[in-house]
Amino acid sequence: MSDYVLEVKDLHAHLSTRWGLVKAVDGVSFAIRAGETLGLVGESGSGKTMTALSLLRLLPAPAGRIVKGQVLLEGEDLVPKSERDMRRVRGRRISMILQDPQTSLNPVFTIGNQVEEALRAHRAEGRGDMRARAVDALRRVKVAAPEERLRTFPHQMSGGMKQRVVGAIALAPEPRLLIADEPTTALDVTIQLQYLMLLKEVQTRMGLAMLFITHDFGIVARMCDRVAVMYAGRIVESGPVRALFKTPRHPYTEALMASVPRMEGRVERLPSIEGQPPALHRLPPGCRFAPRCRYVEPRCRTEYPPTFAVGAQHEAACWRAEP
Amino acid sequence: MARLEGHLPFPAAPADADAAEDVAPRSDFGRLPWTAFVIIAVMVVVAVFAPLIAPHSPTEQSLPDKLKPPAWQEGGSAKHLLGTDLLGRDLFSRLVYGARVSLTVAAFALLSGGLIGLAIGIIAGYLGGRVDSVLMRVVDATLTFPTILIALLLAVSLGAGLRTIVIAITVIIWARFARVVRGEVLGVRARDFVSLARVHGCSSFRIMLVHIVPNVMNTFMVLLTLHIGFVIIVEASLSFLGAGIPPPTPSWGQMVADGRSHIASAWWLSVMPGAAIMLVVLAFNLFGDWLRDWLDPRLRQV
Repeated sequence: MSDYVLEVKDLHAHLSTRWGLVKAVDGVSFAIRAGETLGLVGESGSGKTMTALSLLRLLPAPAGRIVKGQVLLEGEDLVPKSERDMRRVRGRRISMILQDPQTSLNPVFTIGNQVEEALRAHRAEGRGDMRARAVDALRRVKVAAPEERLRTFPHQMSGGMKQRVVGAIALAPEPRLLIADEPTTALDVTIQLQYLMLLKEVQTRMGLAMLFITHDFGIVARMCDRVAVMYAGRIVESGPVRALFKTPRHPYTEALMASVPRMEGRVERLPSIEGQPPALHRLPPGCRFAPRCRYVEPRCRTEYPPTFAVGAQHEAACWRAEP
Repeated sequence: MARLEGHLPFPAAPADADAAEDVAPRSDFGRLPWTAFVIIAVMVVVAVFAPLIAPHSPTEQSLPDKLKPPAWQEGGSAKHLLGTDLLGRDLFSRLVYGARVSLTVAAFALLSGGLIGLAIGIIAGYLGGRVDSVLMRVVDATLTFPTILIALLLAVSLGAGLRTIVIAITVIIWARFARVVRGEVLGVRARDFVSLARVHGCSSFRIMLVHIVPNVMNTFMVLLTLHIGFVIIVEASLSFLGAGIPPPTPSWGQMVADGRSHIASAWWLSVMPGAAIMLVVLAFNLFGDWLRDWLDPRLRQV
């Protein structure tokens, strides 16, 4: 059963804010195998990042906490672990890349310092060895002339190069799972593709499980094996990329797909989804997408739909998917 | 501006090219606060080599020579360059040794007050929440006390002396450091490398020490220099009020106080140390201003 690197079961994470309790992650389940990439898609505020932070147990304290559910990393539940034990998991077994390479590196230290720091935090080894391993780490993400790069400061590098270094730092301790939170959003389009291909290549080589958070369907299509679409704290549809793109079964997924611009055909005006996502502290009783859904039925407004299997590994939480 | 020229999206107008040439050389060398540097350098040298520079002992009394005016005035002599005081002590020598007191107090008080403020600011800013609220209310409370009053109180209860002055000034200035540093930490903490450090399993203590401290160092250095002048003034004020360095050790503030009652007949007694205080404080403030401007753009640019 446990060929999954990561298995998340019915995860609930709440944030207490000044507007009240926000159910940022409200019953999310998914699983990722080694070498597999799961795309987590959704608009801003749908709970993607909160889900990722929950996995690392790094929800903003003291407001956020996991109230229910399991996070199984190689079969081992992280939720009840102590902070001290979690520190050993972070970085070493789960790593993360964030959106903005400009602020992901500490401006006052050289690249070498920072890569070695990441290595040192996880394995105690001699200094000379450390240098060699830092060079290896940079080489792995195809940084040209890594020996020289070790001596440069972040502000002397381009955004794409910095993001590679961030990747090198994340991958240096050889984690099992990499969480990439919109890693290419801040990069030029030309660099984006390069970076994605690089990630993909490294992933194959290391057999890395990857959770790829994005709102860009183009990237999902290129990078991911499976996709989960989040809306207002829940996964509304998940499935293999191809199936989900071809036959989206949840109206929200469908609407998202429709609003992606296409190259072929004459474009009148991009369809958009009317209305706003619901405020997470005042959720409607039924389906959360109901107020904006064009197929809405009376039942949708009162009862949250269960998750129905709609194909091989393809599931959707919508009454219309009911067999 | 100078940095942008190469990236202007429009073909640069000829006027721009001229402007660029004007700006470039001035930016590095010409804008240094030379006056301030010179005054500070002179003061430091004088304080360090006081025994070599002072022509007389600062405490040596010579009643026949009392109240001699400065050398350039009628009745003055080259023996006492800036004249003598009521007890016939050489004013110039006393000023020279007074510089020692001012600098010593400034160094110790800034070191202790600054470091305490730095630590508290970082803890408050990084941990946030209740810790932050409590610490910042203490800061607010400290800042509401009238500076001189609290220093006087301490001086009276602890007994006058160098140590007391340092403690008194520390008590006053740590809060100013704490508040500014905390604000800076809030900005640094929000940057991704701090989150990534946590993702990598760094402890809070390590993050504060390794990632936050170096990033607020610029601000801290600027605060330090901007406060040197302030500390010198506080020390002078305390000495002026009699709660500072006990005589006969010369201190500028105390010298101003001593000469006060003779301002009409022997103006130099108060004016010379007063001028010294003014020049030095002005120099340190100019230096601090310059340091802030010099460090700031780099901070933003990174």
